[in-house]
Amino acid sequence: MSNEVYFLGTCIVDLFYPNAGLAGMQILQREGIEVIYPSGQTCCGQPAFNSGYRKEALKVARAQMKCFPKNIPIIVPSGSCAGMIKFHWRDLFKGESDFEAAILVVERVFEFTEFLVDKLEIKLTDLGEPTQIAIHTSCSSRNEMKIEDKIQQLVSQLSEVEILEQERKSECCGFGGTFAVKQADISGSMVQDKTNTLLATNASCVISQECGCLMNIGGALEKQNAPMKSQHIAQFLWERTNESG
Amino acid sequence: MSQVKSLENRVDEALGNEQLQTNFRSAMDYLIEKRSDQFPDKDDLNNLRNTSSSIRSNSLSKLPELLIMLEENLENNNIKVHWAETDIEANNTIYQILKEANAKKVVKGKSMVTEEIELNEFLDSKNIEILETDLGEFLVQLANEKPSHIVMPAIHKSRKEISKVFSEHFPEFPYTEDVDLITQQARKILRDRFREADAGISGVNFAVAETGSLCLVENEGNGRMCTTVPPLHIAVAGIEKVVENLSDVPPLLDILTKSATGQEITTYFNMISSPRKNDEKDGPMVMHVILLDNGRSKIYQNTEMQETLKCIRCGSCINHCPVYTQLGGHAYGTVYPGPIGITLEPQQKGISELGDLTSLCTMCGACAEVCPVQIPLPKLINRLRSETVEGDYMSQFIEGVGSQRKSIESIVWQIWKHIYSHPTLYSICSKTITKLSSFSPKKFGGWSNYRVMPKPSNTSLKELAKQAGFKNE
Repeated sequence: MSNEVYFLGTCIVDLFYPNAGLAGMQILQREGIEVIYPSGQTCCGQPAFNSGYRKEALKVARAQMKCFPKNIPIIVPSGSCAGMIKFHWRDLFKGESDFEAAILVVERVFEFTEFLVDKLEIKLTDLGEPTQIAIHTSCSSRNEMKIEDKIQQLVSQLSEVEILEQERKSECCGFGGTFAVKQADISGSMVQDKTNTLLATNASCVISQECGCLMNIGGALEKQNAPMKSQHIAQFLWERTNESG
Repeated sequence: MSQVKSLENRVDEALGNEQLQTNFRSAMDYLIEKRSDQFPDKDDLNNLRNTSSSIRSNSLSKLPELLIMLEENLENNNIKVHWAETDIEANNTIYQILKEANAKKVVKGKSMVTEEIELNEFLDSKNIEILETDLGEFLVQLANEKPSHIVMPAIHKSRKEISKVFSEHFPEFPYTEDVDLITQQARKILRDRFREADAGISGVNFAVAETGSLCLVENEGNGRMCTTVPPLHIAVAGIEKVVENLSDVPPLLDILTKSATGQEITTYFNMISSPRKNDEKDGPMVMHVILLDNGRSKIYQNTEMQETLKCIRCGSCINHCPVYTQLGGHAYGTVYPGPIGITLEPQQKGISELGDLTSLCTMCGACAEVCPVQIPLPKLINRLRSETVEGDYMSQFIEGVGSQRKSIESIVWQIWKHIYSHPTLYSICSKTITKLSSFSPKKFGGWSNYRVMPKPSNTSLKELAKQAGFKNE
């Protein structure tokens, strides 16, 4: 395996969770991997695609293709963006002249935790204080990518971290992209249920591989002034395993 | 059902009703657990789903010829076949049959397809008395409501509410909140009605083409009463209910009951292959089947959306839908709620009327994970969403394609497309947003009613990566 990879940061991470993205890149780098962050990347097209605006999604997806020309893995710190490319670009590019070129991108996509566990077989040493956390596996990681166990496998390598199980763990948090705006009240009721079950665990932090969910759950926890933080798995792992702290 | 209230109003009403939300949450928790208990082995479940899915796909791939085979074999079995293209045709045919038999009192087993054609309302208007005999449907009928779930029609009602409805209509029985007692009382009431009925009406779960048999799945025995006690039996089936062989039935039945109510098998399973024969002592003298299209053949013609017709109406997608759990069935305002409802109904009734239903989905994919016949529901819902706002791909199959496009939303996506497909422009915007991070809006629509607004970072990942010395191509 070549030791180079591309990092597809995703639009949410780029603007709202850049430290999570950077942490992910630093973990890969620490494992001896040369990480390239193509500067022309913007978004996989998912927000428009899920809202029904496929033509617009196609145009944006197409603009990504030339950012990842080398035949090396593309690492995505989000289950839903990885899932968008892996499972929906085929639909999006169906019948287009650059369908084949799109497939070349599709086949190289890995979600971040999936890559750490399956490709790198990473070994982690916990340097952090004892803590109790809850894990929110995103729906796309679970139902689409089928990689929900990867985040658990990574966290269970950390000796000082105890994972607490919330009720209805696999239920959607209510984010759903534009769903949270279009059906704001349903989404609000869903995230209320989600934060209730999370808070009942008394964990100090909820971690996830999905920044969309974190924006939703974390934003709701903050609004409620609840005693629970939210964090992306990449940043959580980096903070607990990085020697310079 | 009355469509007077907008979707928005119905959603508000549902979310504002705490009792309703509690009823649905506990019912769905229970059903999810019961189903999961029936499938302890993931591989076994996947094998059964694969088998069931291919049986349904096979049936659909041969649908026209199987329907002809079914008709022939039903007729050979002395079951009269009627084709109905629309709900109106189906209702008129049923009315004609009842009229010719001089039937005034009709008992009915649980059947979603008769909800679809609004048979009760139609027969009411013709002064024919039609009585629901499934306990849940019976209660819903007494309360003058509509089913809120396709398998458990009265699931929106708490025990107290059920007791209240029942005691109001049958004051002769002592008031009780014991559901078993209410069930016994209802059985007593219904027993006489079966005896007096001039005709029984039922749905069909599977129609077997090779033998001309109609299969009916039920738990209360009321289905068997409706189809055996009255002298006339009319069955109503959507044309997609056909399967090719008798051997197709066991796997479908197995996965249907386990997925629907978490039962290994239902208390009753009826296979009806003819009216009463000369040497037989019971069963109806005359049998009719109405094969209903009602938009199905149009769905069938679209190869992508055709998978909608694989559905065996187990309701599992509904039980696992987090949006349905919040809202319950009535908020959808349709016969079929939940994921299958928002997939099927806009195709049947058009996007102009029901396109907005496709917004009732987070794309979480829970439905597709549990669907016994592997219908890719989120994918179909997503396709329908795109048909609501753009494209002409499906205009030959569905009314109202593109009719839900709103200019503001459309402009937002045009701007988004422009920025996100031009990296330089995106860079400028991203720099501006991060620089002005502290001025970012604190409120945004309904989002900020429940959460704080996400604040853009001071530095984008692109900048951070550059500062940290990562290569950028």
